Amino acid sequence: MDAGTRAAGRELDEPLVIAGRRLGSRLILGSGGFANHELLAAACRAAEVQLCTVALRRLDPSARGSILDVLEELGVDVLPNTAGCFTARDAVATARLAREAFSTDWIKLEVIGDDRTLLPDAVELVAAAEQLVDEGFTVLPYTTDDPVLARRLQDVGCAAVMPLGSPIGSGMGLCNPYNLSIIVEHATVPVILDAGVGTASDAALAMELGCDAVLCASAISRAHDPVAMARAIALAVRAGRLARGAGRIPRRRYAQASTPVEGMPQLGPSASAQWASTA
Amino acid sequence: MTGAGELNVMLNGRPRRVSAPATVASVVSLLDVAPDARGVAVAVDGEVVARSAWERTEVHDGAAVEVVAAIQGG
Repeated sequence: MDAGTRAAGRELDEPLVIAGRRLGSRLILGSGGFANHELLAAACRAAEVQLCTVALRRLDPSARGSILDVLEELGVDVLPNTAGCFTARDAVATARLAREAFSTDWIKLEVIGDDRTLLPDAVELVAAAEQLVDEGFTVLPYTTDDPVLARRLQDVGCAAVMPLGSPIGSGMGLCNPYNLSIIVEHATVPVILDAGVGTASDAALAMELGCDAVLCASAISRAHDPVAMARAIALAVRAGRLARGAGRIPRRRYAQASTPVEGMPQLGPSASAQWASTA
Repeated sequence: MTGAGELNVMLNGRPRRVSAPATVASVVSLLDVAPDARGVAVAVDGEVVARSAWERTEVHDGAAVEVVAAIQGG
């Protein structure tokens, strides 16, 4: 193996570490939207994820099987969320329930400001994050792509920041890659692109911008073939990470020949003139 | 009206009448939850009651009991 291949291998093998915990995959699966547990399990396998979100809702005694059993059998760890919470108070209460239900301090914190855009409520989000950090939670907040808000969340002790690419489930990709770059540049905790991925290239772009991981639900669960898309996005995350390490070339407005001009043969009618000049 | 020896509780948003005294464990059992069911948590009036305390925690008249479990989401 040559040096270049070794470097590429290192780049891919370096694990994602959040709050001191090493994760085997840089793709986190959101479990929302899968038609059934079997499809979710197949997607987990295809994407080789280590972490998968779950939500908490009122217990339904008629529910068939538990998502926890499915994930445990696959060896996939649970990342509970506070989906659907509109206030810091509700999000904190939900996080405490999640800690009790799943015996984990990890929480994907979502505090939504309105149900049409599902955009985070910055004020409530920071308040909830601060409270949960105080209570010993490992907080992974879903946030906007605002670099200042990301910094505030980092400053109150969040273990990662999870900026959106575009609204949840919109599939609009990365609407503001410039802001995401700024977040990455200043972050001292892992940056996980959360929400907005529509297809594999969006995930690759997030990693090329320097994100440490991607969280993806709808793009996979609502794809025509969720298992194939799970695989595609997992490969895109790896490709994007490798490309980030490799370093893209700068953009330029005009072409730059990749083949040298020197040594071009003279093949036109003027070739005879060339001969004459040496006579 | 609550009969003698009965309590009204709101269990997952539905009014239920239970005999007094009632514990968190006895109220949760109304939902046909296996006592060892995984990933189930309970809050009474918004405060989490640890599973280890279900048996000894009494539920007062008018309490709101929320019993939650994992679903796909996020």
